[in-house]
Amino acid sequence: MPRVNFTAPTTIDEAAAALASATGLAKILSGGTDLLVQLRSGRMKPDLIVDTKRIPGLIGMREEGGKWIIGAATPGVMVSDNHAFDHDYPGIVEGMDLIGSQQIQGRASLAGNLCNASPAADSVPAVIAARATCVIAGPNGARREAPVEAICTGPGRTSLQKGEFIIEFHIPKPKAHQCDAYQRFIPRTEMDIAVVGCGVNVTLDAGGTCVDARVVLGAVAPTTVIVEDAAKALIGSKLDDATLAKLDAAAQAAAKPINDKRGTIEYRTKVAGVLARRVAAIAFDRASKR
Amino acid sequence: MSKHHVTTTINGEPAEYLCEAQQTMLDVLRDELGLTGSKEGCSSGDCGACTIIVDGNITCSCLMLAVEAEGRAVTTIEGVADGDTLHPVQQKFLEHAALQCGFCTPGFIVAAKALLDSNPNPTEEEARYWLAGNLCRCTGYDKILRAVMDAAEVMRAQAAR
Repeated sequence: MPRVNFTAPTTIDEAAAALASATGLAKILSGGTDLLVQLRSGRMKPDLIVDTKRIPGLIGMREEGGKWIIGAATPGVMVSDNHAFDHDYPGIVEGMDLIGSQQIQGRASLAGNLCNASPAADSVPAVIAARATCVIAGPNGARREAPVEAICTGPGRTSLQKGEFIIEFHIPKPKAHQCDAYQRFIPRTEMDIAVVGCGVNVTLDAGGTCVDARVVLGAVAPTTVIVEDAAKALIGSKLDDATLAKLDAAAQAAAKPINDKRGTIEYRTKVAGVLARRVAAIAFDRASKR
Repeated sequence: MSKHHVTTTINGEPAEYLCEAQQTMLDVLRDELGLTGSKEGCSSGDCGACTIIVDGNITCSCLMLAVEAEGRAVTTIEGVADGDTLHPVQQKFLEHAALQCGFCTPGFIVAAKALLDSNPNPTEEEARYWLAGNLCRCTGYDKILRAVMDAAEVMRAQAAR
């Protein structure tokens, strides 16, 4: 592995300062499940690695002020083991839980999955469907909040400026009759990269009619896609067959995938529609029970 | 570039070493500490042959920098047996012939031990999904799963006594 410098700051401001003052490329290390692979393959050549795991608050989850606050470096196992969070957002847990293996789950983080900016990131669609925001720290105590969908700008690229890094995610507590789901299609059973990923979050009224929805597709475009027409199809419906057909068509229309060894354009587009149907049905069912 | 001095706990014993920032935990375990039980199969976190336990969670030591072990508790395959007494998972691997070349075996044993520590009564499906990050070229996994399920039964019986 090429030589690199390393620091493990104990405050957010130290970390931001280290990132900002690095002469070459500086990368954040949370779980390292993408970074170390990239270091070894030579895809990433950082001069400095900044380990954020020793900063208080970067690992941990809590409910506060009507929202869930999740530290950026929180590993998947901590998210999955949080029963209260799993009750509120089983879809986000499903997405996070699908990443890699149990070994990867011990380290991989929400922020890492997001900032690695793979179009096929599994935790991202459901997080975006939840209308989550992230708090970004910068140099000199700067803090800003942004919707999660504003972070990825293309494969491997984010909108974070030099010196900035995500410190936490804010996810609103769900309303009554609101819930989510996430599924992906992969060629294997486990340990693969999504061919299509779909996260759906719906809110129903007391009678079971959808009053709000977000449908997000992963792996079928350079970044995740929020499918507005799919949400419009769901709102006002009880997910009857006509709605499912409209949802399917909207998902397919929004899919702009590539051909590769895991799937053709035609196949991914078709599966986007299939998953949208299945995931919406699960989200509706869960929402009706909450 | 100066080395990092790391103080950690490995298999219950205090350990310290000097390492460069880019050395992985796997590198240091094998090359500096002589703990060669953890194997390098892929160096990309896919095969699980390098599986260790860090602060209670299994992880691929090839995807962890050795400097990150500072202040943490690490368990490797060398720490699974209790002196000369094999762990039930190890005993059952032998009884069920759940290995051929044995290269994947340390990773499987550490992962299986962690499974049974966290869930003493897994279904076969739960065990298979937990072990999905451990690859075996030789056995076809059947005997490995039988060994793990049998070890689970033995451990539950031991706990009940």
